[in-house]
Amino acid sequence: MSATKRPLSPFMIGPYYKPQMTSVLSITHRITGAALVFGTLLVVYWLAAAALGPQAYHHAQAVLGSMLGQLLMFLWTWALFYHMANGIRHLFWDAGYGFEMPDATKSGWAVIWASIILTVLCWLIAAP
Amino acid sequence: MAQFKLPANSVIGKGKTYYAGAGAKNVRRFQIYRWDPDSGENPRMDTYEVDLAACGPMVLDALLKIKNEIDPTLTLRRSCREGVCGSCAMNIDGTNTLACTKAIADVSGEIKIYPLPHMPVIKDLVPDLTHFYAQYTSIKPWLQAETPPPARERLQSKEDRAKLDGLYECILCACCSTSCPSYWWNGERYLGPSILLQAYRWIVDSRDEFTGERLDDLEDPFRLYRCHTIMNCTKTCPKHLNPAKAIAEIKKLMVERR
Repeated sequence: MSATKRPLSPFMIGPYYKPQMTSVLSITHRITGAALVFGTLLVVYWLAAAALGPQAYHHAQAVLGSMLGQLLMFLWTWALFYHMANGIRHLFWDAGYGFEMPDATKSGWAVIWASIILTVLCWLIAAP
Repeated sequence: MAQFKLPANSVIGKGKTYYAGAGAKNVRRFQIYRWDPDSGENPRMDTYEVDLAACGPMVLDALLKIKNEIDPTLTLRRSCREGVCGSCAMNIDGTNTLACTKAIADVSGEIKIYPLPHMPVIKDLVPDLTHFYAQYTSIKPWLQAETPPPARERLQSKEDRAKLDGLYECILCACCSTSCPSYWWNGERYLGPSILLQAYRWIVDSRDEFTGERLDDLEDPFRLYRCHTIMNCTKTCPKHLNPAKAIAEIKKLMVERR
């Protein structure tokens, strides 16, 4: 036995372990979950401003209506729909369904497309 | 806290290149993780050119050719060379699998080979599986019963026996556990997919009478519930088993018995 401390074998997703659809969708679920907290704060700010009065509301409209505000709200919408669709996928898993690899791949693609389509639909409907 | 970077002593450096001779007809380059415990140096990637015209079809064939003909210091585990023993599990071309059942033709370009991810390295491609085996011991992987054994054997209906299909075939190669990000980050306490699949193998065995105790042992935020259904385990299993499903079945039993 050597006195040298043993190295840790490489593991990181990307350079050493190829990104898998399984792990990428999983980490995206986490990231969108965290992002939703931030997005919810934006919506609370908007509601609070509406409650405060016309001046505060106009200010909030200007902030959220700016390019950056719109972009954040767009990403937030996508995060919401992704998290929802993948959450439904997790519900099926928790009930014991959809574990065969071809099924899991199909449901993964379904989540990706559903999140994109629902986001675009939502903005088309909401667009003035 | 989740770990995203290799510790300083594990950062991989550049190694040597062993060129194929002039007579080689079909050269393929293999980049292989090397670490020598006696050198005191960091791990490195050595490159070996192998003439596939004089080599078997599997990655293990190439590894053994390198060891026999190019560099005898290359260290790896192997035994059955036909996917039954699980010894030659390693990270090949970015996913975990058995070197003996992975065809060289299935990989394009240079073939990168590392030991199983996020494990202490003993030497080169040999990871230290002590903790993994200790976790296996912890689930008591043997039949437990209080009723005295019958004169011949404990019988089982065909239906009950069928419940073990897809579980008993597990060879404990650790490909799945070391592909699991949750196991990378909580492997000290989380049992990981392969050990949980083995646990389920005894939980569903109709002859075992300690199902309740087995579930009690797993009812723990870390041992079982660090599984977040990432599914890398099922994706990578070289025996095409489904550890993620086995874990989901355990979780369902936990809910059903409340």
